[in-house]
Amino acid sequence: MIPGNGRKPIIKVENLQTRFHTPEGIVYAVNGVDFELGEGETLGVVGESGCGKSVTMLSVLQLIPRPPGEIVSGRAEFHGQDLLHLSNEEIRSVRGAQIGMIFQDPMTSLNPVLTIGKQVSEPLMLHLGMTKKDAADRVIELLELVGIPEAEKRLTQYPHQFSGGMRQRVMIAMALACNPQILIADEPTTALDVTIQAQIIELVKRLRDEIGMSVIWITHDLGVVAGMAQRVIVMYAGYIIEEAPVKELYSNPTHPYTLGLLNSLPRLDRGEQGRLTDIPGLPPLLLEKPVGCPFVPRCVYAHDRCSENPPLMEIAPGHRSACWWDVKEGKARHA
Amino acid sequence: MSVATGAPTPQSSYLDTFEMRKIGFVERFLGPENYRILKGILTNPLSVIGVTLITFFILVAIFAPAIAPPTNLREPYMTPRDGYGPTPKPPGTEWKSRPPEIPFWWGITGKEGWVHIFGTTGGQWDLFYGIVWGTRTALKVGLTVEAFTLIIGILIGSLSAFYGGWVDEILMRITEIFMAFPYLLAALTLSAILTPVIGKGIWPPLIAMVTFGWMGYARIIRGDILSVRERDYVMAARVIGVKDRRIIFKHVIPNAIYPTLILASMNIGSDVISFAALSFLGIGTEVGYADWGQMISFARNWIPSLATYWYIVVFPGLALALFTLGWNLVGDALRDIMDPRLRRGR
Repeated sequence: MIPGNGRKPIIKVENLQTRFHTPEGIVYAVNGVDFELGEGETLGVVGESGCGKSVTMLSVLQLIPRPPGEIVSGRAEFHGQDLLHLSNEEIRSVRGAQIGMIFQDPMTSLNPVLTIGKQVSEPLMLHLGMTKKDAADRVIELLELVGIPEAEKRLTQYPHQFSGGMRQRVMIAMALACNPQILIADEPTTALDVTIQAQIIELVKRLRDEIGMSVIWITHDLGVVAGMAQRVIVMYAGYIIEEAPVKELYSNPTHPYTLGLLNSLPRLDRGEQGRLTDIPGLPPLLLEKPVGCPFVPRCVYAHDRCSENPPLMEIAPGHRSACWWDVKEGKARHA
Repeated sequence: MSVATGAPTPQSSYLDTFEMRKIGFVERFLGPENYRILKGILTNPLSVIGVTLITFFILVAIFAPAIAPPTNLREPYMTPRDGYGPTPKPPGTEWKSRPPEIPFWWGITGKEGWVHIFGTTGGQWDLFYGIVWGTRTALKVGLTVEAFTLIIGILIGSLSAFYGGWVDEILMRITEIFMAFPYLLAALTLSAILTPVIGKGIWPPLIAMVTFGWMGYARIIRGDILSVRERDYVMAARVIGVKDRRIIFKHVIPNAIYPTLILASMNIGSDVISFAALSFLGIGTEVGYADWGQMISFARNWIPSLATYWYIVVFPGLALALFTLGWNLVGDALRDIMDPRLRRGR
C-alpha cells in the first residue's frame, strides 16, 4: 500500500470484489481492488469501458443494485467505519454528505420535473436539516460558486432550460452542497464538448483547492488525468494493473497495457511521422474469472510465467505494477 | 421564489441574452408552474375548443335545475314525458299534457307555452330534459369511473414495479386474467349480475366498468416506473442519500405518472360511451332516467325511419360525441403541456 504522496489517507479500500449474477453467468466485475486516497489528493482512475472503474466506486457507496450485484468481499475504511458493511440508514448519511458523486451524462442526471432549486436543496434539507428558505439561499451561493450566472433566477427553472455544461455545473453544485470530503467524478466530461470539458475541469480543480476535498476522477481520457491528478490507477478486467504518481506513470510506464494506452494517444513531441499504435484484441468479457494475467491474450510480452496472475509489485517508490515482465530491461522480473 | 428581480445586474453585457421577464398578477398568484399549464391550455387552439366544450357541459350540469326545472323534485333525474304516444314528435312541438314548470329563460324567446325544444322520443320522453340532466349523469360516470380505476391501477401497478419478483408476477397475472375478458361483455355480464343485488341505477354499471377498467393503468404505470427507476437522476438522488420512499414519491412517480393521467383524461369520454352502450342495451338505470345512452336507445324502434325522426338520434348522439371530443382534446393538450420533455424553450 502506498501512502498517497505522504498524505493522511481518507479512504482505504482493500480487496474489493464485486460480481453480477446475470442470465449469462457470473460477471466478475471487480476482482480484489486495493487503493487509498489521501486527504486533498486527486486520484485518477483510468481504463477502457467495462474494466470495473465505475463499479468499484459504486460498490464503495453500496450503490450496486443487489441483486443482481453482489459485493463478495472487501473493506472500505472511511473515518474508522467500513462503508461496505454499513446499514442502509448509515450509508445514506455518508452519501451526499461526506462523499459526493457526479456522473457522465448531465443531460439525464437531473430530474426533469423538479426545478434546479429543489434538486440542489435536496441534500441540504436532508443532511443539514436546513429549512426551505435557508436552503434556497445556500443553493444560490452554490450555483454562483460553480459559475452559473443569475443564480437566483435559475433556481425556479427546470433542467431542460440548461445546457449540458450548465447541467454538469448543477450536478457539481449538488454533489458539493454539504461540503463532502470526497468527490467521486465518474467520467464527468465525457458527454461534453471540448471547451466545456476544459471549463468543468478547471472548475473542479478550483473547488478542490478552495474546499480542500479529495477527488477520485474516473476517466478514459489520459490527457485529462495528466492535468488533474497527482496519482493514477490503471484498471483492466477488474484488476488494478498499475499505480503510480502521475509524472512517473507517463514517463515510465511499466505495464504493457499502460504502454499500449499511452502509445495509442497522439503526442505533440513524437513528430508527425510517429504512427499511433493500437492494442490488439478486446477487453475480456469477465464472464469467467481469468486464470493468470488477464491481459495475456492481448500482450506482446506474454511468456510462461503469465499463466500465474501477477500481484502488484512495487518497482519504484510509489510505483506498483502487476506484470512479470520488465519492459525497460527486456527481461523477466524477479518477485 | 420571485423571478423578476428588478433592474438588470451590472454585468449586463453577458446577461443581456436573458432578458428579465415581467410577471403579472395572475402568475404571481398561481405560481409559475400552474400558470404555465393554464397558459398552455388557454393558448393551444385545440385545447381551447376542448376546454370550452367541457366547461359548457359542466355549466349545463351545474345549472340543470334552472335550465330544465324537474317535474318531480325528489327524482330530478327522471325525464318528464308528454303522454304515452309511440311516435316521436319533432323539435318545437307544443307541450300538451302536464307541462313542467317553464324555465325563466324561456321568456327571452317571447313565446308563451312551453315546447319540446329537441322534440320527444318514442314514448314521449322529452329529449331536452334527458340531455340536460344526462350531462350530470355523464360527468358523474366519467369522473367516478376514472377516479376508481386510476386508484386501483396505480396501486397495483406501483406495487408490482416496486416489489418485483413474485409480487409482480402474481399481480401481473391477475391483471392479465382481467384483461382476457372482452371489456364490454364482461361489464355487461357483471352489471347484469349486480343489478338484482344492489338495485337498478348507475351503480351496477359503474362497479362493472371499474372492475374491468383498471388494467391498462396498472400496466402503464408499472412499465413507466420500471423505466424511470433506472434513470440517471434516480441514481443521482440515491448518491446524495435520499431515502427510498422520497425517491419513489418525488423522483419516480412524478416522472412516471403522466402517460397514465393523460390516458385517464381521454378515457373519461370513452367511459361515458361505454356507459351509454350499457344503457342502450337496457342495463343499469331504470327507464326514463336521464342518460344519453338511454335516450339513444329509445330510437331503436325507429331506425328504419330515421330520415323523418332524425332528432331522436342526433341530439343525444351529438351530446355524446362533443363530450368525448372535449375530453380527448384536453387530454392531448395536457400531454403536450405537462410533459417536460416536450416543453418548448422557456
